Amino acid sequence: MTAVAKIYRWEIAKLLAQKRTYLGIVSAALVPVIFVVVLVLQTGGPNEVPLGRYIRDTGLAVPFVVLFFMSIWGLPLITALVAGDIVASESHNGTLKTILTRSRQRGEVFAGKVLASITYTLAIVFAMGLVGLVAGGIAWGFHPLTSLSGTKVSTGHGLGLLAASLAIYAFPLVGIAAFGLMLSTITRNSAASVVGTLMWALLMQLLGVLPGTESFRPYLLGTQFDAWHGFLRTPADWVPVVRALWVCALYIAVPLFVAYTVFLRRDVAGD
Amino acid sequence: MSDAPPVATRGLVKRYGEIVAVDGVDLTVEAGDIFGYLGPNGAGKTTSLRMMLGLIRPSEGSVRLFGRDPLEEGAKALEGVAGFVEAPRFYPYLSGRKNLRLLADYDDGDSRARIEEMLELVELRDRAKDRVGGYSHGMRQRLGIAASLLRRPRLLLLDEPTTGLDPAGMRDMRQLVRRLAGEGITVLLSSHLLGEVEDLCNRVAIIRRGGIVYEGALEQLLATAASGYRLRATEPERARLLALSQPGIDDVALEGPELVFKADEDSLAGLSIALGQARIGITALGSATASLEELFLVLTGGESSDHDREAVVA
Repeated sequence: MTAVAKIYRWEIAKLLAQKRTYLGIVSAALVPVIFVVVLVLQTGGPNEVPLGRYIRDTGLAVPFVVLFFMSIWGLPLITALVAGDIVASESHNGTLKTILTRSRQRGEVFAGKVLASITYTLAIVFAMGLVGLVAGGIAWGFHPLTSLSGTKVSTGHGLGLLAASLAIYAFPLVGIAAFGLMLSTITRNSAASVVGTLMWALLMQLLGVLPGTESFRPYLLGTQFDAWHGFLRTPADWVPVVRALWVCALYIAVPLFVAYTVFLRRDVAGD
Repeated sequence: MSDAPPVATRGLVKRYGEIVAVDGVDLTVEAGDIFGYLGPNGAGKTTSLRMMLGLIRPSEGSVRLFGRDPLEEGAKALEGVAGFVEAPRFYPYLSGRKNLRLLADYDDGDSRARIEEMLELVELRDRAKDRVGGYSHGMRQRLGIAASLLRRPRLLLLDEPTTGLDPAGMRDMRQLVRRLAGEGITVLLSSHLLGEVEDLCNRVAIIRRGGIVYEGALEQLLATAASGYRLRATEPERARLLALSQPGIDDVALEGPELVFKADEDSLAGLSIALGQARIGITALGSATASLEELFLVLTGGESSDHDREAVVA
């Protein structure tokens, strides 16, 4: 096992030993359940959001609709809870100096933390998707899905589209995690990093709805949360998907580079 | 490489803005030393140790551990080096054993295979499955030692290893340090307990306001401060009057039953003969040497050590 793999394994073990990790995953999983329960108990529906009008036709629509609502602040907050804390808490608790006086290079330690943050981010997205799928299936069964182009998609194909959508949806969320990790490294303060990351995500969303931002709106991080719409069109629209890939890559790479540089050079004193 | 001293710092400086925390520290710790690093509170001991372990970057100067630079070589320079700065810190939500497993996986070599042995050594095996969050300060200190020894260090850097321990814990920790030194491990320890340094260390450095004011053998430091002789006589007052009249006998004073004075060896011989001729018996004669604490106060300009400060608070 390589050094980074060992560090990654321990980063995951540390996450699994902390309540905040479960708080995040359970929150991500609870939202679709609450969403389904509310819809079962009332007659209206989220008709204005993509696939919202078909939500009672098939449980397959539930995770897609929840993706929309959770992108505003729910998932960014849950992501920030871990990414904003993963370096700062070690600085605060003094454990960073403990691990940095062993045999691993700082770059390896940093890589382990990045991988753990990404793993957590993927876990919450797929937990939310899976629980939404199961809750929706229990409530309304698994029937063919109506795509955004109005065509019917078989259940099997719909599941494939859901997996692809969750995957592309995770990219901007990893961008938020990267920003959180950067703040965590620079500020060494968990609370400031979590709040700062959430503010960053909300700012991206806000810029996306303000008038006059049309020219750069496609390149905002918040916009990339809608990239999955491309999969739900017939034929598939790859433009938003491809754009999400490279735009998110930039939103991920820049903060990670900054964080990496700071992490390598920073003084580890009594924070 | 193997001939290089375990620790060598040259012109080590650390500035925080206009504050100079460490100012041109030159230190050499030789293999086999138990090296005491002494200084008043805020003198720059911990900052120096942080630079030695590569945790903070010097503003100027260099650190070499067995000839390797932690800044250039990173963790590779820490091969054979272990220790902790300030109190050892662990993940409170993991057990003691899991913390050691984690740290073993951050090491090269056979650290993992030594976990149970080290837990046994620091007498934490019974509590190894408990979360570190529930450990006492002393248990964490012992776990810190265990974590350090996992690496089979040739050099141990210990920052105030007995701070916060009860008397029995302090005694055990000192015995452990002595034992480790006996096994060939070089130890550099900072301490605010002068008695501890006097008891454990063969060499010392005293730091004041970021700069080294003394570095060398402890014995030599104490010897250079030999301030004269202490004499007990059957008739102290007559002995004092006689001493005052003897050539080469200076600074004569009576401290309780003891006559304290300065003299060279010939003058001392002359005084003892004179006392005998005056039928004044000598019951005890010894050199009057300043304690490390007195020397420390002289060398640090009377600034209080942590110990003094704690004593005042207490």
